[in-house]
Amino acid sequence: MTARMEQRFADVAAEGRPVLVTYFMGGDPDFDTSLAIMKALPKAGADVIELGVPFSDPMADGPAIQLAGQRALKGGQTLAKTLELARLFREGDKRTPIVLMGYYNPIYIYGVDRFLDDALKAGVDGLIVVDLPPEMDDELCIPALAKGISFIRLATPTTDDRRLPKVLENTSGFVYYVSMNGITGSALPDPSLIAGAVARIKAHTRLPVCVGFGVKTADHARVIGASADGVVVGTAIVNQIASSLTEEGRATDATVPGVEALVRGLAAGVRASRLAAAE
Amino acid sequence: MNQSPKLNSFRSGPDEDGRFGVFGGRFVAETLMPLILDLQDEWNEAKNDPAFKAELEKLGAHYIGRPSPLYFAERLTAELGGAKIYFKREELNHTGSHKINNCIGQILLARRMGKTRIIAETGAGQHGVASATVAARFGLPCVVYMGATDVERQAPNVFRMKLLGAEVKPVTAGNGTLKDAMNEALRDWVTNVESTYYLIGTAAGPHPYPEMVRDFQAVIGQEAKQQILEAEGRLPDLVIAAVGGGSNAIGIFHPFLDDESVKIVGVEAGGKGLDGDEHCASITAGSPGVLHGNRTYLLQDGDGQIKEGHSISAGLDYPGIGPEHAWLNDIGRVEYVPILDHEALEAFQTLTRLEGIIPALEPSHALAEVIKRAPKMGKDEIILMNLSGRGDKDIFTVGKILGMGQ
Repeated sequence: MTARMEQRFADVAAEGRPVLVTYFMGGDPDFDTSLAIMKALPKAGADVIELGVPFSDPMADGPAIQLAGQRALKGGQTLAKTLELARLFREGDKRTPIVLMGYYNPIYIYGVDRFLDDALKAGVDGLIVVDLPPEMDDELCIPALAKGISFIRLATPTTDDRRLPKVLENTSGFVYYVSMNGITGSALPDPSLIAGAVARIKAHTRLPVCVGFGVKTADHARVIGASADGVVVGTAIVNQIASSLTEEGRATDATVPGVEALVRGLAAGVRASRLAAAE
Repeated sequence: MNQSPKLNSFRSGPDEDGRFGVFGGRFVAETLMPLILDLQDEWNEAKNDPAFKAELEKLGAHYIGRPSPLYFAERLTAELGGAKIYFKREELNHTGSHKINNCIGQILLARRMGKTRIIAETGAGQHGVASATVAARFGLPCVVYMGATDVERQAPNVFRMKLLGAEVKPVTAGNGTLKDAMNEALRDWVTNVESTYYLIGTAAGPHPYPEMVRDFQAVIGQEAKQQILEAEGRLPDLVIAAVGGGSNAIGIFHPFLDDESVKIVGVEAGGKGLDGDEHCASITAGSPGVLHGNRTYLLQDGDGQIKEGHSISAGLDYPGIGPEHAWLNDIGRVEYVPILDHEALEAFQTLTRLEGIIPALEPSHALAEVIKRAPKMGKDEIILMNLSGRGDKDIFTVGKILGMGQ
């Protein structure tokens, strides 16, 4: 695990609140706007940034993130340019962890070793690659860990106690609990089920557990943050970006401020969550 | 541990991780992994269960109409003046193509697993029709994902699926063809994983699908081998089949892979030519990558983004190919060649006029390759071609191109 990731989770835990993890799609709707969004996230209260890598066939994503990926690809975004986004962000922010999130094929085509070297140079701390389960760890997970990049794994409601140890074996950074079976952008399930699931995972690992899929409002963030070490928000941010664009899909003056306002609200939500739990 | 297929056989793959050489594997979201492992266990049990085999054979004989005939195409052979041409007539199966072989097998598995809902993807609609058919036969609800473009160009099959009680969901993402339908089916599966069985139509996707679909389709080659031995007293010199995802091809190829004297050729959709992007020749014009659960040859750009393919035939319109074909290509056991849209269309007309058989546009690609090769072969040589589907679904598309009017 990178020192940066470990430090950030430790610092936030010391504040007695969960981590706010924010996802957006690199290059949506264009390179410059998404760089401005990325820079705005920590200022608005995000603790960890998940930087989406667009892919033509995002099998595990709902319509919102699919469309964001299509906008980014149309705008000329590539894996190389997504690494460049990370690098430019890192020049001005040495402390916020960056996790690249996407699918394996663009990385495979880029070349695994070259990708890992370039990701390290760009200041990337972790990877979430949706279509690489533990059975495929030799492809990217093991080489990434060897170079000091975290490989963050998704656990889901179908990941039962029999399977959890295998899923957690090579996971580092944090565990991303997908709170439901489904694609990104689906509705939020019962919070008490989430608390139970977080407890189940924590019985198997000392890593922080962040919960995502379905978190849209400050209130959701507050409720989930009561039991999880971190709250992941993705689709809500992507939708906020989409709603600010022109009909042709171009950025407007409202694009970056809209994201900032949303994330500020979510940040207030996670900051209120442990207070809520203590009540 | 990784276990390589036995070196003295081309038929022992995949290894226990689902790999054919470097191809295949299980590249899926974690949500699906437990289910895929369950499916594998169920499949391992079923394939060694005599009761499962007996039920499959019974339904094959009385529901599908197996064995399908082996037909000597006398007039086509005389016209081309070379090798003797035999067709394995999978187009005579119930529902009109080889797709039903796999669907019957998989729905029996779904039932064993206690699944209560079937989903499928379809391109030409043949697999959708076969899925809707077996779902009706076993009383299970069925949702078929189909690209919006394909819904339009394969209207008769859409109607058939609806009559059979399936819900057809048009997919507008991307170009609205098979790849997009498969993405959407995977999304449905991830969401409804507890209740739902994903009935994949081709020998691709995450392990164990490529192996399982192949084994259900291998009945084609097993029968054909026996039939040609009865008819000619020897094996064919050449076996040919069209390849989209590749299930009809692997079905007829697999039983012949270890017969050294048999040359094997897979025919890809060359579309409007390999120079541009309007083709679906994943092996002859693509490169290895990872999509839809497996590593295989794909049509993609330098950033690893998957391209939309093109073919006159909706059933070949897929930018990938089953992983076993990718491996058979790399080790040189099977030769893969492209056939262009217009060549397939000419072959379609030739067969219709000479033999009174209207083939689907998919096997018309294989037929075009037969037409190229047969005249160069001796009269004592034998070609076996998989006539994998009938052309009823294509007559409007072809009529429109030929300007035949209504």
